[in-house]
Amino acid sequence: MIFLGKFCRNLSGLAGLAMLLALLLAVLLTPILSAHDPYQLDFAAALQPPSGTHWFGTDNFGRDIFTRVIAGAVFDLRLALICVFGPAAIGVVIGLVAGYFGGVVDSVLMRLTDIAWAFPFYVLVLAIVGVLGPSETNLYIAFFLVNWIGYARIVRGETLVAAQLEYVEAARVLRYGSPRILFRHIMPNTITPALVYSMSDVVLTVQAIAALSFFGLGVQPPAPEWGLLIVESIDYMREAPWMTLFPGLALAWVGIGFSLVGEGLSSALKPEG
Amino acid sequence: MLRSILQRLIMLIPVLIGITLLGFLLLQVVPGDPVERAMGTRASAEEMAAMRHQWGLDQPIWQQYLLFLRDCVTGSFGTSLFHKLPVSTLVLERLPFTLGIVVYSTLLALVVALPFAILAALKRGGAIDLAIRQLFVFVIALPPFWLSFVLILWLSLSLGLFPTGGIGEGLLQNMHRLFLPSLVVGLSTAALIQQSLRATLIETMSADYVDTARAKGLSRVQVFTRHILRNSLISTISIVGVRIGWIIGSTVVVEKIFSVPGLGSLLIDAIVSRDFPVIRGLTVIFAMLVVVVNLLTDIAYSIADPRASLD
Repeated sequence: MIFLGKFCRNLSGLAGLAMLLALLLAVLLTPILSAHDPYQLDFAAALQPPSGTHWFGTDNFGRDIFTRVIAGAVFDLRLALICVFGPAAIGVVIGLVAGYFGGVVDSVLMRLTDIAWAFPFYVLVLAIVGVLGPSETNLYIAFFLVNWIGYARIVRGETLVAAQLEYVEAARVLRYGSPRILFRHIMPNTITPALVYSMSDVVLTVQAIAALSFFGLGVQPPAPEWGLLIVESIDYMREAPWMTLFPGLALAWVGIGFSLVGEGLSSALKPEG
Repeated sequence: MLRSILQRLIMLIPVLIGITLLGFLLLQVVPGDPVERAMGTRASAEEMAAMRHQWGLDQPIWQQYLLFLRDCVTGSFGTSLFHKLPVSTLVLERLPFTLGIVVYSTLLALVVALPFAILAALKRGGAIDLAIRQLFVFVIALPPFWLSFVLILWLSLSLGLFPTGGIGEGLLQNMHRLFLPSLVVGLSTAALIQQSLRATLIETMSADYVDTARAKGLSRVQVFTRHILRNSLISTISIVGVRIGWIIGSTVVVEKIFSVPGLGSLLIDAIVSRDFPVIRGLTVIFAMLVVVVNLLTDIAYSIADPRASLD
């Protein structure tokens, strides 16, 4: 509760939260308020600039860009959240186990993360998807193989410190089992830096998902994925710049929203000051 | 000094072996037969059998790994299925452009970040500090590949200031041609440098030796440039070093968009044409590049700041 109060006093965090909630609201209301279908082709209305009927204009097939961008929000955020928090959960468990048990387990797990850490994020994701072939499932596989690494490193460091503290010692004296100590005592006290990190991770992941579409390696058309919307717009960039502009701004909107929430979290979680 | 560098080099060996192992595993997950997937109908059954043999796919898995390890140690990193050349030959042709973007973008990042960091540190806690902070939040949120297209549309096609892509001859021409791709990569680095430099500047301003420098009568500008800025910049080296993997990774995206024939373009082309040995060799080389650059920045940092040890 103290945390919630602190977060609410942080303007950045509140602004970010408001941005994300506004997007959520738009996602929920668009099917009710908009007369357009994100997949509906209408060649008579192709390449129209933004107007009262088509708020963000139309694309080369006459599809309404506003509803496509909003449908893209569902698509991209679902992908990004699964691709961040799924692997994050795995990374947190690895970090907890490595940091708490130490010894051989720790050495092996940490050497593994050291090695995985050396591969540049984009290179590894591209290579995995490239080898497996482009599909949504393979996109998940690639991100699950890559995105856990940061969390394992962060949580392990925190756990090493926490394992020495008195409350853990007390839990051991009470003869609580290791799983109970790990998940009920240590985890709540070590998870916060990982949570802050996950906010910037969402931003990077949503951008990477869009970039994969750009290379033809991610989500396949005609899905209203933001990266795909941008790719499809490139040939019409001069005559219909709105096709490129709005999906990019949507990506930026999500990016700014999560970054600001991340800032709010990190300042709310900082011990005093 | 030399001793600790040597120690670090020895510690590097298991990491490098691990990298080759992970790169090797990458190709083991190819669904089905990699040669068939790569060649499709482009090769006859005999040709494919020959390739399988040449590639060592008819041998047990541990021997396949040893073959790959041999390729890495001898420096070829495998042979391209289509170019029929060692991966290392393909890499050496393209490496200068990728390294060029890495260095150029880092310099641009420094140029962009430095004034903002100094301004934010001097006006800390104020409206300007906050505005600069938000500006960089905004900059990071812009998706790099989208930003690339917007810059092309605006600066290249509309204003004609820069070419839309490709490379030129000589340093000056390439500095002009590689400006936009380097800027896109550099902006996210700039955000990082600005943040960390602001924090170290503020910390350094209250250090004892700064008071000493003031007390001995140096002017405020002298104190700032000779003592505060110099010492704060040193810590920036290590920040850039930590992020080098990210910087190298982002070159992949911009190289393809701006048609720069670097390592990133090579990777994408290899993925599109299913040139699996190139994908594997290149991924391993990318990781080794990161490890080596990391080591170099650590060494540079320990030379610049004797308090930091390599151990």
